[in-house]
Amino acid sequence: MSILINKNTRVLVQGITGQEGQFHTRQCIEYGTNVVAGVTPGKGGQSMDSVPVYNTVRQAAEQTGANASMILVPPPFAADAILEAIDAGIDLIVCITEGVPVMDMLKIKNYLAGKKTRLIGPNCPGIITPGECKIGIMPGRIHKPGGPVGVVSRSGTLTYEVVHQLTALGMGQTTCIGIGGDPVNGTGFLDCLERFNADPETEAVVMVGEIGGNAEEKASAWIKANMKKPVVGFIAGITAPPGRRMGHAGAIVSGGQGTAEAKIAAMEESGIHVCKDLGSLGKLCKKVFV
Amino acid sequence: MKIHEYQAKSLFRQYNVPVPNGSVSTNSAEAAKIAEQLGLPVAVKAQVHAGGRGKGGGVRVAKTPKEVVEAAEAILGMSLVTKQTGAVGKKVNKVLVEQGVNIKNELYLSIIPDRETATITIVASQDGGMNIEEVAEATPERIIKVSVNPVTGIKGYHLNQVAFGLELEPALRKPFSALLKNLYALFVDYDCSMVEINPLIITGDNGVMALDAKMDIDSNALFRHPDVVQMHDPDEDDPKEAEAAKFSLNYINLDGNVGNMVNGAGLAMATMDIIKQAGASPANFLDVGGGANAEMVENGFRIILSDPNVKGILINIFGGILRCDVLASGVVQAAKKVKLSVPVVVRMEGTNVDEGRRILAESGLKLIGAADLADAAKKVAELVS
Repeated sequence: MSILINKNTRVLVQGITGQEGQFHTRQCIEYGTNVVAGVTPGKGGQSMDSVPVYNTVRQAAEQTGANASMILVPPPFAADAILEAIDAGIDLIVCITEGVPVMDMLKIKNYLAGKKTRLIGPNCPGIITPGECKIGIMPGRIHKPGGPVGVVSRSGTLTYEVVHQLTALGMGQTTCIGIGGDPVNGTGFLDCLERFNADPETEAVVMVGEIGGNAEEKASAWIKANMKKPVVGFIAGITAPPGRRMGHAGAIVSGGQGTAEAKIAAMEESGIHVCKDLGSLGKLCKKVFV
Repeated sequence: MKIHEYQAKSLFRQYNVPVPNGSVSTNSAEAAKIAEQLGLPVAVKAQVHAGGRGKGGGVRVAKTPKEVVEAAEAILGMSLVTKQTGAVGKKVNKVLVEQGVNIKNELYLSIIPDRETATITIVASQDGGMNIEEVAEATPERIIKVSVNPVTGIKGYHLNQVAFGLELEPALRKPFSALLKNLYALFVDYDCSMVEINPLIITGDNGVMALDAKMDIDSNALFRHPDVVQMHDPDEDDPKEAEAAKFSLNYINLDGNVGNMVNGAGLAMATMDIIKQAGASPANFLDVGGGANAEMVENGFRIILSDPNVKGILINIFGGILRCDVLASGVVQAAKKVKLSVPVVVRMEGTNVDEGRRILAESGLKLIGAADLADAAKKVAELVS
């Protein structure tokens, strides 16, 4: 088992004919993802390698039965692409695009409420169920199929680092999700933790947070009350100066809120095993999980 | 992206948010002329991106033409030090000369997005002119917060919640509600991450007016605001950060002595943290992006080395889709082009790492390899101590 995606997931790619779209679609297919369609308005009827391209998401979904979408379009068009996929009834949208305006995401987040669609991202590496399906830009080969660890993170390369350490020490992953570094995103820590908690194959979870907002604090409180599985946590940004955005739009300490110290304290208080030195995260997982 | 008070007020005027009459100037003679046209007294206000200008001596009231010239001369060219600027301060190149107004009362009003609830939040208080964070800390009951769903937008009941919450006199409710409605429209239309009026004043003739104006615009949305892009003031940028931005590098200057270059923002933060844990201090944050290439590494080197405090550099790159051997060749190429004046520790991990390490070792350059993250941090910390 896994969460959100598996070998039966049928993926369409919005922006498939762009440079990034082509490159990452090929990487996903090479990994084994079932990419059934692409969408680029005006290029319907063409194909990218052997993947048929459609003008609209609705057409693509109707013709191919796609139930997940990977979005790789430039930021000015990302909100449009997300809304189109929601209205076409796509179950899972993974928006990789970095630089989506906050105002667009505020509206999308409210529009999503009560709908069946789940959005991951934007500004994220995507989601992977190792050995089955990869929807995103993460390097597939660093992952190890079969579990037992679930990974959820706000960062891209930091997640790769974590996964690499797990794999190197023989700990496979059920599903790894990058929820993205923007202040307003579709899926948060809580959504992922609930699913990992319910997934019989996931026996332990690694949660990687960073400065800004209070998602880690809320997740910690939930973990304390509900989580049946051990959690190892890591927070990046102890040395980040207040008031500065550290690369990610959401990574900012403002008005004393969102500090690494507060997040680490909340995690420790909730019984999460906090790793303070990234270099030893894999070893800590081995100690706690195995 | 922050803009100046005078720029924010020009947008306020377009949206019918009342502001005092005034004009911006770069010299005292022009300032005097503006004052003459406006009529005395006037306020002369330093235009820099920092709060607390009044306390730092950046705002003066002038009652005579001579005082206008004196105030402008004192403020223009000064290094304004406030709580938000740091000890070095900010050089003032422009002043806003503004008509004096009759102040009956001072309020606080701001609009910000709330990331947690995905709403747009209006914050208001009767305690205008004060540091709002201190008000919130000491007397939270004096702060009114009203959340607006961005899909349905601002409605009459939101305006009422704020106006009645502020205990405004009946005659003031209408002009205040109009101001707030217009300010909300400006906030949404211009993709703001913050609009703040502190103080919002009630004038002697029962009007409302924005005496100050702060606006911060979402940098991700600048593609649809070419007029805001024109408002960018390069004098407000850190020169090294501006240089980095030209090459799409995300650089933030810090006060330590270990330069570092990392691919990805989260890993970059974690690398800064591990440098600190090893007993040294990071000189910067530098994210060269998830897919770093030779050119980006070269530009990264140049920017790091332009900081005289840097005594050593740590490169931490996770090779994912971009393989370690390709990255290593990039680092070697870049290091050969840039004259490396300080030791460089390279920690590389990921796909084809052995090949990558071999390329670094055989490069003939003084690149110090590291077995893992902890080792890399320890090595660079020893080199700079």
